[in-house]
Amino acid sequence: MEVNCVNEKIKKDMAEILEKYTDQKDNLIAILNEVQEKYGYIPQKAQLEISEKLKIPMAEIYGVITFYSRFTTEPKGKYNISICLGTACFVKGSGNLLDRAKERLKINSGEVTPDGKFSIDEVRCVGACGLAPVFMINNEVYGNATVKMLDEAIDKYMNL
Amino acid sequence: MIKTIKEIEEIRKQKREELDLRININAKTKEKHILVCHGTGCTSSKSPQIIDNFRKILGENNITNVRVIQTGCFGLCAKGPIAIIRPEDTFYAHVKPEDCEEIIKTHIIEGNTVDRLLCKDIDGTIVKRLDELNFYKKQKRIALKNCGVIDPENIDEYIAFDGYKSIYKVLTEMTPDQVIEEISKSGLRGRGGAGFPTGKKWSFAQKEQAEQKYIICNADEGDPGAFMDRSILEGDPHSVIEAMAIAGYSIGATQGYIYVRAEYPIAVQRLKIAINQAREYGLLGKNIFGLGFDFDVDIRLGAGAFVCGEETALLESIEGKRGQPRVKPPYPASKGLFGKPTVINNVETLANITRIILNGAEWYSSIGTETSKGTKVFALGGNVNNVGLVEVPMGTTLREIIYDIGGGIPQGKAFKAAQTGGPSGGCIPAEHIDTPIDYESLAQIGSMMGSGGLIVMDETKCMVDIARFYLDFTVSESCGKCTPCRIGTKRMLELLNKICDGNGEEEDIYKLEKLAHIIQKASICGLGQTAPNPVLSTLKYFRDEYREHVLARNCATYTCKAISTIQINPEKCKGCGLCQRKCPVNAIKGEGREIRTIDPEKCIKCGTCIQACPFKAIGN
Repeated sequence: MEVNCVNEKIKKDMAEILEKYTDQKDNLIAILNEVQEKYGYIPQKAQLEISEKLKIPMAEIYGVITFYSRFTTEPKGKYNISICLGTACFVKGSGNLLDRAKERLKINSGEVTPDGKFSIDEVRCVGACGLAPVFMINNEVYGNATVKMLDEAIDKYMNL
Repeated sequence: MIKTIKEIEEIRKQKREELDLRININAKTKEKHILVCHGTGCTSSKSPQIIDNFRKILGENNITNVRVIQTGCFGLCAKGPIAIIRPEDTFYAHVKPEDCEEIIKTHIIEGNTVDRLLCKDIDGTIVKRLDELNFYKKQKRIALKNCGVIDPENIDEYIAFDGYKSIYKVLTEMTPDQVIEEISKSGLRGRGGAGFPTGKKWSFAQKEQAEQKYIICNADEGDPGAFMDRSILEGDPHSVIEAMAIAGYSIGATQGYIYVRAEYPIAVQRLKIAINQAREYGLLGKNIFGLGFDFDVDIRLGAGAFVCGEETALLESIEGKRGQPRVKPPYPASKGLFGKPTVINNVETLANITRIILNGAEWYSSIGTETSKGTKVFALGGNVNNVGLVEVPMGTTLREIIYDIGGGIPQGKAFKAAQTGGPSGGCIPAEHIDTPIDYESLAQIGSMMGSGGLIVMDETKCMVDIARFYLDFTVSESCGKCTPCRIGTKRMLELLNKICDGNGEEEDIYKLEKLAHIIQKASICGLGQTAPNPVLSTLKYFRDEYREHVLARNCATYTCKAISTIQINPEKCKGCGLCQRKCPVNAIKGEGREIRTIDPEKCIKCGTCIQACPFKAIGN
């Protein structure tokens, strides 16, 4: 019953999104970007709707989704910790931040904690090289970051 | 509202006078402009709030002759957020939202500078004006000319500084052949990395017969640590759009696409605004200036795949598919997007075009070296004081960029290597620091120009680990189409992991080299062909470091954690406890003036204590 509700909602949302596009196949990535933005991942039901509109097989859409790192098929945690592993951040020690985050949350990058609260992402260059090393929790940027700052930030969100 | 050329000229004249204070310190005006950087770096440290605060406080004080302008990147990201007050050119660094009130009160109302926010140069002197900073003295700004000067969301400001003059000149005074001839004569080469002559690229596509051709701007800047193209798009989007129209006229294309990373939300937003404004003025669309030339531009978003910077992979991606490179030939100039002749130029390449058309090929080719003309923008990052965006004439040496412009290495540490070209480039050691930067010289010493990432590394960096870092990157970004790249890079990474984990054998170094040469020769696209470069260049210049990892099972920089233990030398420790306070995991034991010890169970080998110890008592 619940699943049906969710699917109905996605169907409605997707109709709104798809209305803006023609059925030309080269719209696929633009549509996927929009869906990813909306849900934080690309639900299977949404893939189905896209498949019908653009007349592209589901398997091919799945191929495109898994090719691009921005697209995911699973939802992220409530607080997504993105650690920048661009070169500028890396030479300033962002590797230590990543190790620490994994150690604290006991998950690997790309995974979500069992309670759905945290997830870790490795990102390549958020463009704030002047503030390196950088990590982000959702959209908040922490510049000139240290292991201590990361610890404190995790503590803060842990208790929220 | 479509404008005629006469109306555009009127806007130019009027706006140019109004904006004279932006570039002329002696401008006669009662107005002041507070320019605040609204690029990605400063935005992350609250520059939008600073802009709001300035506007609010000005309003509260009924000050009407001061305007707050959001601009693109000034370049000196290390000092951000930056606010500059013009015409006097006062440069305030590390501005916080709560500083706005003091700046308005002291600077604007009382007419004094806020001394505590003035920028300190590396030698400690206080600098009042932007152009007094060493950071700017050796730079020459062509591609970045408008960045940090104009409001990128206001087309009139772009027009004021000769905007859309080049396209008019091209349409009224030049034939397509003449444009291509001019670009060829200027010596401009592609700034995306490989350095292919731009004029030649255009002429190939021009010669093709087709009812539809395309111009593509490659803004898929995937090199981690590079942000030149993003800054140009954020600071001066119209210069790229205008250049695309010029390219379109030259080869006979009426449609352009900008392929930009979705990870660059500010750049995407600015481009959208710029395209809409240009359409409104009739500078994009049908019958531009009433001269019978049609050209329009659309944005296509990337989705985080490094390989899409490769031109044929980019084409696949625009067509909505997995971004896997095509086998060349046919080259995009004959069969590109949707099978039609296509020119793909990088953002920075395009940003040079309008200046070449206006100032002439001779002017442009007088800058730079014999084979590499003009300037190059670098994203200077890593262990260097002035992290930021710099534009220098080709032929400038690495030493000048790192020490004169970049202000040297922080904390007086020694320079170890500079990395150019990102995952496709190589490490340049201290012995080659006086190499002039141009396409050929960099290739000769085993690196490459690349798109412009320039990462400086100090003595605390392990070069084996750096090579591993880049290989890890290429392994996860390899598209999987060809075997040498898909499997070969993976095997190389495994060997590097083995070495860093302390299980390496001497033979592994030879295996790495052999694999590297095979991957270089046998891969389909640029990604695979250049993927081994970071390993080969570090093997060339830092072979001893590899041998130390393998033979002595030691990493001298404590980077490779499996083969480094951090200990406190009891003879040097003075018991000050500084390391203990800094340790993030409370792994250091001892009280009062006692000599400290490290609990190896708790230690995460982050190296914070090594940095913290004033007596250099911590090491292995």
